[in-house]
Amino acid sequence: MADPVLSIRNLCVEIPTRHGILKPVDGVSYDIAKGEILGIVGESGAGKSMAGNAVIGLLNPPAHVSSGEIWLNGKRIDTLKGDALRRLRGKEIGMVFQDPLTSLNPLLRIGDQLVETMLTHLPISKSEAEKRAVAALEEVGIPGAAKRVNSYPHEFSGGMRQRVVIALALCAEPSLVIADEPTTALDVSVQAQIIALLKRLCRERGTAVMLITHDMGVIAEAADRVAVMYAGRLAELGPVRDVITAPEHPYTHGLMASTPLASRGQKRLHQIPGAMPRLDAVPDGCAFNPRCPRVADKCRQAPAPKVDGAAAACWFPLQHEEAS
Amino acid sequence: MLAYIIRRVAQSALVLLIVGLVAFAMFRFVGDPIDNMLGQERTAEDIERLRGQLGLDQPFVVQYYRFLENAVQGNFGVSYRQGRPVIDILMERAPATLELAAVSGILAIIFGIALGVFTAIKRNGITANLIMSGSLIGVSLPTFLIGILLIYLFSVELGWLPSFGRGEVVDLGGWSTGFLTASGLKALILPSITLGLYQMTLIMRLVRSEMLEVLRQDYIRFARARGLRDRTVHFRHALKNTMVPVITVIGLQVGAIIAFAIITETVFQWPGVGLLFINAIQFVDIPVMAAYLMLISVMFVGINLIVDILYFFIDPRLRVDRKGGH
Repeated sequence: MADPVLSIRNLCVEIPTRHGILKPVDGVSYDIAKGEILGIVGESGAGKSMAGNAVIGLLNPPAHVSSGEIWLNGKRIDTLKGDALRRLRGKEIGMVFQDPLTSLNPLLRIGDQLVETMLTHLPISKSEAEKRAVAALEEVGIPGAAKRVNSYPHEFSGGMRQRVVIALALCAEPSLVIADEPTTALDVSVQAQIIALLKRLCRERGTAVMLITHDMGVIAEAADRVAVMYAGRLAELGPVRDVITAPEHPYTHGLMASTPLASRGQKRLHQIPGAMPRLDAVPDGCAFNPRCPRVADKCRQAPAPKVDGAAAACWFPLQHEEAS
Repeated sequence: MLAYIIRRVAQSALVLLIVGLVAFAMFRFVGDPIDNMLGQERTAEDIERLRGQLGLDQPFVVQYYRFLENAVQGNFGVSYRQGRPVIDILMERAPATLELAAVSGILAIIFGIALGVFTAIKRNGITANLIMSGSLIGVSLPTFLIGILLIYLFSVELGWLPSFGRGEVVDLGGWSTGFLTASGLKALILPSITLGLYQMTLIMRLVRSEMLEVLRQDYIRFARARGLRDRTVHFRHALKNTMVPVITVIGLQVGAIIAFAIITETVFQWPGVGLLFINAIQFVDIPVMAAYLMLISVMFVGINLIVDILYFFIDPRLRVDRKGGH
């Protein structure tokens, strides 16, 4: 693999509270290559969004990166502050949020929001930015873009607004896009369109994408590789096909078994017993051990091995023939 | 747009009609004016004659209609005490009150918004917290006390500023202004601070809490994620959204400034309509009281109308009816 666009090494995020320090992200490492879409899946609270926010430097205090490194295009970015960090956002890293209904400023025309973003980051004139705003809207499939630049957000439907948000995230041509649950708030019929759009645009431009979602369908549809997160740690990382068809980590296996698939024709969905531990009560050893069907003494004592490249963070990974 | 404005104007007219009714009813509460006008030596014929002359034998509705007709033409009758047309007295006094209210309103709005934004953006800073604590004084001290304290400090102890009156005024075609002389401007300082302080702290606290609310919104987060400068995020994205609810309150408060001027004008013996009203109450000068009531309500309604129209320019979501949208 060529030099990755984004490289996260042993990233930890901590939130100090009165009851002790919480670790919503605990020793996570992964790379994303140019033009690659890395899916990040996990339950709510698994730390997927927290990791995304850490990359773009938008953690809400008191949450902060406590250790680890984040590298973007060979430059270390987790130590950046103030203006240097601000200039990175939008220019190098674009972000798409979950709810398109609330991520656009209701009082500003969408054209103005595009223009201000481009003028902030690109050395172009206002009229050039206005021309590019129309082009950007055309590119994300807004019909009548030349007229619609003058519309306000409330004049668009949810799906159209998410297209606008994507146009905004990409308008300064960042090398990485973090899409945090980009389809969760949308109608099912629109979800596939938005994913296809994101995928097409990033392929065309060679933009790396961190696609955060809890929807395995979205991952299967769009991602090249997938990282499964559990209780702030990486459970498994690998090519999407391998992880879906032959998961090695017992958690991933349970997750796949509990995803409805038309082809499987099962009557009842599988459940993983119990719930993900709260952040202040992560068990010793492997975080998954209380719920794991393959648990052994070793899992309760020693933290699971760290995921490196493509592997599962498990002492006793499922063998492929077992998993299928 | 036009339909919206017409609707608002119609509502305003209705409010004024009702206030007019109250003002008119005041004349009837204080007994029969005929008794006051004819002395002890009177005959039943005298009473009937005068009643007919003054139109007081007409039904209530007709009398109310004639009151409105006159009021619209600016005729509020003759002051019982001064024996001059009420409208002349009001017009003579109005500039003093309006100038005072304008200065305090502008001070309150400018400082209120600026300090509100400052305390919201630097919400953990020492200065911001000091301002917030200080603002409690403005909210909790009664206006007359602030006025008296200011007079004591700046007029009595330091002797820098006059303690009462308007100073020298210049007459500009019926409008007496204190803006053009040094003593007029000096005389404005203490009363306008007294009058505007409460409104300023109120606006400041409101702007702060609205702004903090807006800063938590997703579109602010998204604006930051797009790498916009702090200045752009705060003033272009956040402040504009903050202003939608704040403008309503500012509108009401500007009305309140004119109404509250009564107290400040009394403390500073400011020769405006508020002081006129207080004196009118002491002498049961009903025509003056009725006219003052009408004047204040016209201002209130007018300001609210302006606020409603301002909304229209700030918030595009209100402009939907043109396209027949949602």
